Amino acid sequence: MNNIIVFCEIEDGKVQDVSLELLTKGRKLANELNCKLEALAIGYKLEGIEKQIFPYGVDTLYVVDDAALEHYLTLPYTSITVKLFEEQKPQIALMGATTVGRDLGPRVSSALHSGLTADCTELEIGSHTETKTNKTYDKLLYQIRPAFGGNIIATIINPDCRPQMATVREGVMKKEIVDPNYKGQIVKLEAKKYVNDTDFAVRIIERQMEKSKVNIKNASIIVAGGYGVGSKENFQLLFELAEVLGAEVGASRAAVDAGFAEHDRQIGQTGVTVRPKLYIACGISGQIQHIAGMQESSMIISINSDPYAPINKIADYVITGNVEDVIPKMIKYYKQNTK
Amino acid sequence: MGLKIIVLAKQVPDTRNVGKDAMKADGTVNRAALPAIFNPEDLNALEQALRLKDQIPGTTVTLLTMGPVRAAEILREGLFRGADDGILLTDRAFAGSDTLATSYALSCAIRKIGKFDLIFAGRQAIDGDTAQVGPQVAEKLGIPQITYAEDVLFVKDGAIRVKRRLERGVEIVEGKLPILVTVNGSAPACRPRNARLLMKYKHATTISERAEKSEDYMALINEKPYLNIKEWSVNDIECDREQLGLSGSPTKVKKIENIVFQVKEAKRLTDSDSDINQLMKELIENHTIG
Repeated sequence: MNNIIVFCEIEDGKVQDVSLELLTKGRKLANELNCKLEALAIGYKLEGIEKQIFPYGVDTLYVVDDAALEHYLTLPYTSITVKLFEEQKPQIALMGATTVGRDLGPRVSSALHSGLTADCTELEIGSHTETKTNKTYDKLLYQIRPAFGGNIIATIINPDCRPQMATVREGVMKKEIVDPNYKGQIVKLEAKKYVNDTDFAVRIIERQMEKSKVNIKNASIIVAGGYGVGSKENFQLLFELAEVLGAEVGASRAAVDAGFAEHDRQIGQTGVTVRPKLYIACGISGQIQHIAGMQESSMIISINSDPYAPINKIADYVITGNVEDVIPKMIKYYKQNTK
Repeated sequence: MGLKIIVLAKQVPDTRNVGKDAMKADGTVNRAALPAIFNPEDLNALEQALRLKDQIPGTTVTLLTMGPVRAAEILREGLFRGADDGILLTDRAFAGSDTLATSYALSCAIRKIGKFDLIFAGRQAIDGDTAQVGPQVAEKLGIPQITYAEDVLFVKDGAIRVKRRLERGVEIVEGKLPILVTVNGSAPACRPRNARLLMKYKHATTISERAEKSEDYMALINEKPYLNIKEWSVNDIECDREQLGLSGSPTKVKKIENIVFQVKEAKRLTDSDSDINQLMKELIENHTIG
């Protein structure tokens, strides 16, 4: 009762990174609140799934394993989640801000009349005093998120309704195993008790999923381009530099919108959050929403023809010049001076 | 048999250029101070509805929005592009609503509209980026939902087939009507204004907008009732007032901050060979690269 629960997304028998990141955060919050960390796994052929989940410090894992639940469906997954939450009354419920979590979360929050905050970038525990009534709430979940296109940061609370629900994007929180041998308990739930036949109002005709080819989240070096790179052709230079350095290529929202790079390379509040040891920003002016997704990079080099580009303020090295001139020089030096 | 389609739309502040002064002391948005536009993905949603209207004779498209009096602007915009009518839900009682209170008010207005086959909405609005109102409206109405739609493949025999765009691919799903569908920005763009409809609806207004108009204008409205854009207040819908506005919103804004980044003192370099070679040398020597 009154624990923290994380909805785990599973694709092809693998718990998704975003869910493991939330479990890591959930464990820390549970320690602070002195409660248990629980997880919910829905799907098909989930035998052994706990091996991926318990090491993150999960005390109780609810498993619903049924052929009809192999792929995410709004209504059946909602029914299970809502009924389980009614039974267990968690104080906090976390989900990935994915196409699944952002479909399920609002549906569940509406059914339970509990507040939901989308795309949180930080989750903290804190207190709150209502100015009108002078009533004080202890140990609330601060749901911190950018708003207004990333121009401001808002702290949202749900003083009275439970669970306090939040979604978080992949890559925002860190993933960290607590104990590979952590002992949790499995509770198997029977699908029939939670799902009605009428819940299958939408059926999947066809699914075409690709493995993501881009792995910028885990890259230790990122060469990222912005609108200032100028063209898709010029972006090719970034790929050449990335190739010799063993790096991945990232892009700002403006560069993606302009068609210079694919969507899954986007870094920032509406894309992926990254923390490489080296971030080379090429022709990126540095809008707030981009900086928020890369500011924790260990070292930042900015290459920009504008010496006053906002990104230069957070950079360790600023090279004032054109991307087309600078990158070939970097490639040349590197090739000549390494094996 | 034609379909009865409702499209949910929102007038949003253009979030590309806003500062802290755009927020009120209570943490809610001071919309009056910002340029207002038709939420981009709601236009994609309108287009999907208009395409079905083109295909299936007798189909009607009703645009529904909640907002201040000026939000009638987007309803007129919808009429210019092919919607059959528009409804503005406006009342001080709705002020300060979070997504849940908004969904509740919209669902009450939809119940008043009556029987429908399909509801389209944009995936999310650019001021909040939450993507919550569509699914929450569907839940309040007790109907299924299909989110992240990129294309409606067909509507036939009481079912709709939709292509969804997900992170790592596409999914084709089929659902029974009535249903709510949220539409992605990657779906086809909305058609432009139609010149004939622009002439027809140029003078369409809500009752609040007409408050200061001349008697001649009032005569025109009597003559051409389609120029009246419906305006509903809290008294026009059946609802529990406790579930509206701030009191109906479980989430509260505790704090609003401008974003401040840790500023570093950067080492400034030129694009000369010597500067760049020196930098690369350092990076190789301290094992940042290589």
